[in-house]
Amino acid sequence: MFRAALVDPQIARASRGLWGDAARRLRRNRPALVGLVCIVLFALAAILAPFISPFDPYAMNGSSLDAPSLTHLFGTDLLGRDIFSRVLYGAQISLFVGVGAVVLALVIGGVLGAIAGGFGGRIDGVIMRLTDVFLSIPSILLAIGIVTALGRGMVQLMFAIAVSYAPTFARLLRGSLLALREADYVVAARTIGASRMRILVRHMLPNALTPLIVQATLVLATAIIDIAGLGFLGLGPADPRTPEWGTMLVDARRFMQTAPHIVVFIGGAIVISAIGFNLLGDGLRESLDPKLKR
Amino acid sequence: MGRYIVRRLIAAIPVLIGLSILLFAYIRILPGDPCVAILGQHRTPAACAALREHLGLDLPLWQQYISYLLKTLSGDLGSSVVNSQPFLGEFLTRFPGTIELTAGALIFSIGVGIPLGRLAARKVGGWVDGLITGVSLFGVSIPVFVLGLALVVIFGVILGWLPTQGRIDARARFDATSGILLIDTLFAGRLDLFVDVVRHLVLPSIALGSIPLAIIARITRASVIEVANEDYVRTARSKGLKEKTVDNRHVMRNAWLPVTTVVGLQIGGLLGGAVLTETVFVWNGVGRWVVDAIQNHDYPIVQSTILVFAVIFLIVNLIVDVGYALLNPKIRYQ
Repeated sequence: MFRAALVDPQIARASRGLWGDAARRLRRNRPALVGLVCIVLFALAAILAPFISPFDPYAMNGSSLDAPSLTHLFGTDLLGRDIFSRVLYGAQISLFVGVGAVVLALVIGGVLGAIAGGFGGRIDGVIMRLTDVFLSIPSILLAIGIVTALGRGMVQLMFAIAVSYAPTFARLLRGSLLALREADYVVAARTIGASRMRILVRHMLPNALTPLIVQATLVLATAIIDIAGLGFLGLGPADPRTPEWGTMLVDARRFMQTAPHIVVFIGGAIVISAIGFNLLGDGLRESLDPKLKR
Repeated sequence: MGRYIVRRLIAAIPVLIGLSILLFAYIRILPGDPCVAILGQHRTPAACAALREHLGLDLPLWQQYISYLLKTLSGDLGSSVVNSQPFLGEFLTRFPGTIELTAGALIFSIGVGIPLGRLAARKVGGWVDGLITGVSLFGVSIPVFVLGLALVVIFGVILGWLPTQGRIDARARFDATSGILLIDTLFAGRLDLFVDVVRHLVLPSIALGSIPLAIIARITRASVIEVANEDYVRTARSKGLKEKTVDNRHVMRNAWLPVTTVVGLQIGGLLGGAVLTETVFVWNGVGRWVVDAIQNHDYPIVQSTILVFAVIFLIVNLIVDVGYALLNPKIRYQ
């Protein structure tokens, strides 16, 4: 009763919960929907690759460097492999390595950030200096260093990218946790004698997650770009025949003069997936930010 | 101000120590016998012995680390296992190329990004704003090397307007003194070559500058919009000042601050992106050298390049922060 009287009737509305509310605002956000369409396209290509690929991505199915045609939608590469099929399987690799890397980065960064922001003191200082060290190295160089040290391979690639983004996540979570320390409900929980661990897990973490989710979505876009970048530098999957986008571009580059369409198709696939995650990330930021509520 | 700089320098020490431990570990976690891992096909018994001696592999770890640290501090950054050339000499001949490229990209991204951001902020939600937002979305979503390849195809192959490889016409007979060809050609009075160098620089700068351009345009737009809604801007306008004066004196002077910080933060990304850009444009800089080093398993080169780039990044950040403190008195007294 009291609340109803205090709240301006124009602002008062039915409670939907954070996620329901966010989903509703996301549906009204046209750029975010376009992003979602790109992501669905990308994910479908990745998941359905074995079923919808017209050809085996490793096998020779035509003559060398065929132009795009109805049989070979994107044409063929130097070894006569169907580029459309290879692009579809490439989505699988990018999705698998990209999502794996971001999840791993969230776990590493999340744990470090939670410890730093939740407990503070000396351990906080140590963790922050550690993130400073990693953040001082340009991320692609850090990933290059890790892949060269561990050897080429998908898991190594995933790990390298995870390590280069984990510090960002750690800092972000720590920052949100610090801001929450003095929040009324945290002070209240402390007053009734809840343990530090319980306050951290039950009260602070759930409220600190949204910036992390937004950032993870945006980082997925960069992760896909970085995977292709490492592949382009010859640090992709161990088997050079693997249809990884960046690795494929190394070959495509050699025939840029005669067959520029190959670069366009592979580059287009990378750009569409990156645009998808960038748009969705921006949309999520807008719809999850309670300050923008209407 | 002096005290602020000293404090920042002291804060950098633990980071540098951490960095040195990390890079020290890097050479030692390479799988297998370090002699095989590092020298690979270049190994001979003599080279192996020299490497063991250089790395001090027979000593306890902490002694190895101390000796690595002392060597690094004295300027000995190791040498190539392929041709035994010391790192530093080779780095210094190639670094001007990377500086030139990075500077070109930075000039492009600032020179285009800030006006675009201001333009977009002028009419929020209009079609110009939408177009610019779209361009910046594309800028952050396209990999540097894909954009680079696309530029090569369009402007190099199809239109034939601009050179796509190298830093200067390969036939040009020219002795570079500083290595930064823009400056060298100008001082030598070779205007024709200067123009040639600029033409070589255009496409790589656009490719490398696309991400910072997008970020700078975005932050400028957001910052200008925020400041434009401040009371003092409304006051300035209502007291009858010309729109241009309001813009330059009241809006931009305050909107600059976040923009400067973001520009400074781009340096790390630019140095990293240079690795890919130099590969696409066959640009003779540190980045392409590192890529060659990776392919040759020349680990000491990779190790020391990471170290030097990280140190440069730290120094640039320090300069940016000091500059920021100069611009914004509020920071200094924290």
